[in-house]
Amino acid sequence: MNAQRVTRLLRSGLRGWGGVGAMAAVCALAVAFALLLPLTQSDGAASGGGQRLAHGTQAKAEDCPDPQNQSLSPSGGDGSTPTIDRIKARKDRRLIVGVDTNSYRWGYLNPNNVKGELEGFDIDLVHQIAKDLLGNPDLVSFKAIPTDQRIPAIQHGEVDMVVRTMTITCARLKQVAFSAPYFSTGQQVLAPKTSTITGYDKSLAGKKVCSAEGSTAYDNLKADRGVKIPASTDISTQVPNQLDCLVKLQLGEVDAVVTDGALAASQAAQDPTVELKGRPFTHEFYGVAMKLDAQDLVRQVNRTLENYIRSGGWQASYTKWLHPTLDQPGRKSDSATPPEAHYK
Amino acid sequence: MTHPPKSSAAPPGSGVPTMPAVPPQPGPPEPPTPPGPAAVPEPGAARRTAFAEGVDRLRAAATTEPGRLRIIGALLALAVVAFGAVTAWQMTDRAGAANDVLTSSQPLSSDAADIYRSLADANTAAASGYLAGPQEKPQVRQGYENDIRTAADKLVTAASNSDPGSDSATAIAQLNELLPRYKGLVETARANNRQGYPVGSAYLRAANEMMQQQMLPKAQSLYERENQRLNSDYAAAKAFPWAAIGLGVVVLAALAWAQRRNFLHTNRVLNHGLVTASAASVVVLLWLVVGHTVARMGLNDSYDHGVRSMNVLHDARIASLTARSDENLSLIRRGADTKTVGDTTVDAYSWGYDDQIGKLAKALTKADSLADDSAGRKPVRDADSYMKAWKDRHGVAQSLNDKGDYQQARDKVIGVGKDPTSVCFDNVDAAIKTALDHEQREFQHAASGGRDALTGLPYGAAVLAVLGAAGAVVGIGRRLSEYR
Repeated sequence: MNAQRVTRLLRSGLRGWGGVGAMAAVCALAVAFALLLPLTQSDGAASGGGQRLAHGTQAKAEDCPDPQNQSLSPSGGDGSTPTIDRIKARKDRRLIVGVDTNSYRWGYLNPNNVKGELEGFDIDLVHQIAKDLLGNPDLVSFKAIPTDQRIPAIQHGEVDMVVRTMTITCARLKQVAFSAPYFSTGQQVLAPKTSTITGYDKSLAGKKVCSAEGSTAYDNLKADRGVKIPASTDISTQVPNQLDCLVKLQLGEVDAVVTDGALAASQAAQDPTVELKGRPFTHEFYGVAMKLDAQDLVRQVNRTLENYIRSGGWQASYTKWLHPTLDQPGRKSDSATPPEAHYK
Repeated sequence: MTHPPKSSAAPPGSGVPTMPAVPPQPGPPEPPTPPGPAAVPEPGAARRTAFAEGVDRLRAAATTEPGRLRIIGALLALAVVAFGAVTAWQMTDRAGAANDVLTSSQPLSSDAADIYRSLADANTAAASGYLAGPQEKPQVRQGYENDIRTAADKLVTAASNSDPGSDSATAIAQLNELLPRYKGLVETARANNRQGYPVGSAYLRAANEMMQQQMLPKAQSLYERENQRLNSDYAAAKAFPWAAIGLGVVVLAALAWAQRRNFLHTNRVLNHGLVTASAASVVVLLWLVVGHTVARMGLNDSYDHGVRSMNVLHDARIASLTARSDENLSLIRRGADTKTVGDTTVDAYSWGYDDQIGKLAKALTKADSLADDSAGRKPVRDADSYMKAWKDRHGVAQSLNDKGDYQQARDKVIGVGKDPTSVCFDNVDAAIKTALDHEQREFQHAASGGRDALTGLPYGAAVLAVLGAAGAVVGIGRRLSEYR
């Protein structure tokens, strides 16, 4: 009843001069909003960005100075091996490993491989781990898992480990356990050989750069635009998967791709007319990820890594899969030598 | 035969029977011509005078019985002719629309459905061929090529039937532009796959995306527009000819009144001319009502048992095609594309498969309820049972893949393993095609029956109306001649 009376009053009021006055007031309010909005917005963005940045560096400094050096020593431990025992006791005595099947030269199902076997640098390492653990390199059950399912798959016990170009980060260290680093890489620029782009520098001025949605590559591009790389660089092209960037590069829709050096190398291996440009501009390490409490398995994998590197197996695999695209004539890639292991 | 008028209440003009109905009268004095150019003429006054002259003449005529008879005769003839003309006009419209349904808008709608179907089919064949790789069967490749050719051909037909600048024409132009680009992506995917490069799968994904997000929606809107045209042709053909029927009733009433008046004046029961006019009008009216009702029934039948079933079956076919391409793509992309459903992340194509199979099941249930005979129901039920087998086998392939046995899962899907899913899909597709062909025949039969019910009606109505009008004139003329 009351509300009805109010609306009636309002309506009758709006009919006369009151209406004109009310409209004028609304207009004034709108103008005030329009004038104030950019101010508040830019203010908010600036302070938010600053906070995030400050928080990020703080977290890095406090939580983990070197995430790649947080793994367990192969020699340590109390000698009990519950995780390994469980794997060995399986009816189907196999190691279950989550891998990528679309990363050329890393983990890939080649359609021309009639046996349907996976191949690549990551796959070689998995076979080595299985050989040391179970005595036979082929006692592996590979499972293809999407990028964003790597951690859930480990946590839910769907896989024993993930060997899938997975970067060791502080945030991930809280969710899964990593082996010692087995590969050192960094974000890098990929462009046609004929391109004037020389690397992650001012040569990107006015160029269209492609990156994967939600990737570290995109975060770097966004943060570095106007600082390390020219503000005129167009970084708006984002695709679901880094490989979709190669499609755009080949179709001429973008001028360059920014992604992990390792994955950029995998792209370059599929197209002889593109190459890696300049040096990596970040430093990251790949590790084997396992369940947080699988200490015995982590130590076992680290033992394998030590042996693998010492015996030259690592180098042989690198030469076979990655050397052709990562190393340039006269200049070895930073990735060409295995990273040194430092344990916690 | 010449009886004097019986009526005692003779019309007031009967005293001057030999006078012509409308004696030549001098027109009313014309307004004096203006003496100079300065004077303004009065057109209003002049026109009023001319009109007044006509009214005067009519009024004068109406005062005598022959004059009245002449007016009645003229009006009756005019009404009968008008009835015939309106009937011919309305039925020409409806017969034309019914003919359009059968020979133009339904074939165009079915062509548009074919464009959609062949595009979706080509996309499925491209994915199947890619997954099979070196084991691609020649008929899959051939099917893909045929689909592209069908789509291109039918786009040409659709283009020639669309108005320049219309939405359909725009959609067709865009499809024509996208088709070669789509094919380019598919061929690049294939070439890369042959080299063993996984970027091929990214090309195939781009092709699938272009198909699902740009081409199929355009083909769908084209199909919907053609369907609208079909529906409006149906509506035009089925619209009840109220004007003709109403006029027919009025004409019959007028004829009855004239005959009654005649009877009251002369005591003669039959006036041959007027009876002829009445008979002709009754025939036209009956023909009109019966013919159009039969045509309506035929058209309704063709819509209910043809077009509606075909629409549902078309949806079923598209769902089955999309499910099949999703099934292939989930093994091609191997988890590279995910989708968030609620708060869990799932493989986009596995989810897509389940979604499309759900749509297929629903469409088949609906098609089953729409099918009006066992010949139409059987292929739908077959499709349903093949679909169930497909679902089961897909589940097996899925669990094989989940267990890490990719190779066996792939073999099951491409059709080289035991109990392959490819066979189930082929069976579903073939059964739906059989059902579609059956419904097309039903449509053809019912719609041509409906159209044929209107054959000759416009001409018949015209001829009979002329006959009726002549009858009315002759009938009145006979009465009139008694005054000479």
